Amino acid sequence: MAAKDARVAAGEAAILPDEDAALLAALRRGEESAFVSLIERYHAPLLRLAQIFVGSQAVAEDVVQETWLGVLQGLGRFEGRSSLKTWIFRILTNRAKTRGQREGRSIPFSALATPGDEAFEPAVEPERFLPADDPHWPHHWASLPQRWDELPEARLLAKETRAVIQQAVEQLTPSQREVITLRDIEGWTAPEVCEALEVSESNQRVLLHRARSKVRRVLEQYLAVAEDRDDGR
Amino acid sequence: MADELSCKEFVELVTAYLELALDELLAQRVAQHLRECEGCAAYLEQIRQTIALLGTLADSSTAPDSKAALLALFRSHVSE
Repeated sequence: MAAKDARVAAGEAAILPDEDAALLAALRRGEESAFVSLIERYHAPLLRLAQIFVGSQAVAEDVVQETWLGVLQGLGRFEGRSSLKTWIFRILTNRAKTRGQREGRSIPFSALATPGDEAFEPAVEPERFLPADDPHWPHHWASLPQRWDELPEARLLAKETRAVIQQAVEQLTPSQREVITLRDIEGWTAPEVCEALEVSESNQRVLLHRARSKVRRVLEQYLAVAEDRDDGR
Repeated sequence: MADELSCKEFVELVTAYLELALDELLAQRVAQHLRECEGCAAYLEQIRQTIALLGTLADSSTAPDSKAALLALFRSHVSE
């Protein structure tokens, strides 16, 4: 009730979720605990995204610091046309862009990347499929993918496996990394990612598709090698 | 034959399928293919596992140093 009153008093658009509205009201009252919960929620993901934008850890930390300052300065003006989360990440992308321009470094933004510009990369190596002229099963699996649900869970969740995945993500193009980081590592929804990165729904999906396909491929290679090693014992 | 999906096509549609972005007819063909193709069912499972494993990489901890610095920023801002 109180949150609703605060929102109405501040003249916010009614689309703001109640949780955001309550948090916003508390922040405007200067409640430290509200800011702490904001930091706990968004600082780590902000830093992760900033690193993709600017490359270096030190600059990324700077940009995130500037972002928080921008959040504090903008609280009074925030109109609730987007969620608090999207608004905060928009501030980050803007600061990162400014920073990049100042340093004469071009920053890879998904918004500027049209996936069609890149050469088509098949999700799976073409040689994994039977040729087009196969009399029975053209373009079907030449050898079936391994069933990962039959692998011991301990192997899938091993530290080494996670390191392999982390590395695979780092090898992706920056726009693929931005999208897969927000979608699959941070667990954002597609509309949230589109809004924060200013990409169209279909571009977002193409980038996600390429990113996931590549990570799966690296993981498949790694798990197959691990299997061979075990068999050889 | 024309409406039969190949595995090579399936692996390019898997993301759109999971995102519920396919039109109904194509989604039905994909579902049909999955019921009949062990390899593609395993592939879909691999993609699902990949997504789940990516989710375990999230580290939402904030270093105590930066937290203290940010709180100082907040306090100075509030007192202005």
